[in-house]
Amino acid sequence: MELLLFDGFNGLIQGAFYALMALGLSLIISLNSVINFAHGGFMVIGAYLAFSLAPYIGFWGALLAGPILAGVLGIIVERVLVRYMYSRPDPVYSLLLTFGLALIIEDTVRSIWGAQGVPFTIPAALGSPLSSTYFFLTGYRLFVIVAITLATAALFAFLRLSSFGIRIRAGILDLEMVSALGVNVYLLRSVNFAIGTLLAGFAGVLAAGVLQLVPTMGNDVIMATFVAIVVGGLGSLFGSVLGGLLIGLAAGLTSAFYPVASDVVIYIIMALVLIVRPRGLLGQEGLFE
Amino acid sequence: MSRRTGANCAIWLALLTVPLWLPLIGGYSALASRVLVYALGAMALNLLLGFTGCMSFGEAAYFGLGGYGTGLALTYLTDSSVAAVIAGTILGGSGACIFGLLVMRRRGIYFAMVTVAIGQIFYFVAERWNTLTGGEDGLSSFSRQPVHLGFATVPLTSAGPFYYFVLFFFAIGAAILAFVLHSPLGHTFVAIRENRRRAQFLGVHVERYVWASFAIAGFIAGLAGALNALQNNFISPANLFWVESGNLVIMAVLGGMRSFWGPLVGAIIFVGIQDYVSSYFPNNWETFIGALFIGAVIFFPNGILGIIRQRTKTA
Repeated sequence: MELLLFDGFNGLIQGAFYALMALGLSLIISLNSVINFAHGGFMVIGAYLAFSLAPYIGFWGALLAGPILAGVLGIIVERVLVRYMYSRPDPVYSLLLTFGLALIIEDTVRSIWGAQGVPFTIPAALGSPLSSTYFFLTGYRLFVIVAITLATAALFAFLRLSSFGIRIRAGILDLEMVSALGVNVYLLRSVNFAIGTLLAGFAGVLAAGVLQLVPTMGNDVIMATFVAIVVGGLGSLFGSVLGGLLIGLAAGLTSAFYPVASDVVIYIIMALVLIVRPRGLLGQEGLFE
Repeated sequence: MSRRTGANCAIWLALLTVPLWLPLIGGYSALASRVLVYALGAMALNLLLGFTGCMSFGEAAYFGLGGYGTGLALTYLTDSSVAAVIAGTILGGSGACIFGLLVMRRRGIYFAMVTVAIGQIFYFVAERWNTLTGGEDGLSSFSRQPVHLGFATVPLTSAGPFYYFVLFFFAIGAAILAFVLHSPLGHTFVAIRENRRRAQFLGVHVERYVWASFAIAGFIAGLAGALNALQNNFISPANLFWVESGNLVIMAVLGGMRSFWGPLVGAIIFVGIQDYVSSYFPNNWETFIGALFIGAVIFFPNGILGIIRQRTKTA
């Protein structure tokens, strides 16, 4: 029973990361029409920058600085490279561009910080288990869940309540019309891309405390992020969150019963969803179908 | 003789005489075989990408599947290289036939995401099924066997004869692709690429044709993967990984997606650069490849052959 809870809880944490990554990527896909293959790369950069900054500004400072720097890098990448892709309707170009970017980021991170994993120290107050029976329930893991929930809530509040957020949502529906109404869509897309990479950076810093920091950690996450988006339904942000949690939980529970299949199970779920409900759990009908 | 037949003859002549002229420019036969293998994989992919307009980012799945089929066939079933290649081709193609059913209704970005994610299934299966596939370490329990032609037996162990073995299958694959593209089926693929909705209005069952394109591409990619396994006498999950898919896509784009021979040109450039860079900058060659991706996308969106074609048209 405890083992089951352990694996389930692990899966939930895993799923929370997927959800956060999927949320950012989903925003970028919807408004920027770019599949950001480098999304995992931004996650890794956020994590490693936080790792390097933590000795100087402390864990909490790094928790803020890592994502912000990932967001700034996102703006730079969008302005310098990604914007050339907007005029090309064929998604192959943006895919290849961000794919190349992902290779460069991984290589750069490996050159700077080394191919071996580095440990990321979390505050001692968060590191200890909360109860001796449920040894896996450390303060940090609980903190991760709370932090991701807050970040998700903040993003949805921003998209619902602020005028900029409402413009982003309007742009997702009909960018041309939003542009015709006098909104600066270039700014809109830049900021949107940065929000996505910022969320990725945030996920990276949080993940650094749970897992070890390795240059390839983005590779493993990006595919799960894709699956989360497809399962949840392209175009639905709630769907991305749901999809992420679902596949994380499924992977966690599978490792309790049949560990060998824990990597494959999320793809099987995706295949099933595609057969039964091709648009994804919460996806809009007809969109990209 | 039209310009097109002339170009085709020149290409085949160049390919047939590779062992004669390649050493003069610093190449070697094994490198040429690798170019052909990847060119065939990229040409298969290009049937989807360039001619049907479907952004497949998971072709490595069928490429790798072909390799595993060949490796496993040589390990357990047969001692004939040719039979093993056929086994690999069938395995890769069958995989594409089955999973094509899942992707045929998707479009654009969605198609890309679903194909790449499906490709990962094979990757994880190959990585985890230790007893059959050797797991992460890959499968190295096989080696190329001599080919019996009836009147003679050709050993494939050295790179020269093996190049012609690869060229033989490359020619078959290329001929099938050319035949498909010149048939009504191929014209329908192009119609779907040009205007999917209009094709639908005209009564074309777009999904079935996308499936057909996916399946044919899968068979040819499986053939390329089978040759790849023989080329290395080794197959590992890395051949199924999505990075390999990306490599195939960049070859097609680099050479020119809209032209039949584009992927061959792209493969020459890609494999050449990879060979050069990885021997001089063993630690950072990924950065060079990444920069190649970005540069190609920004500066040569129509590929090398696309540029040449534009020049000759305006001139």
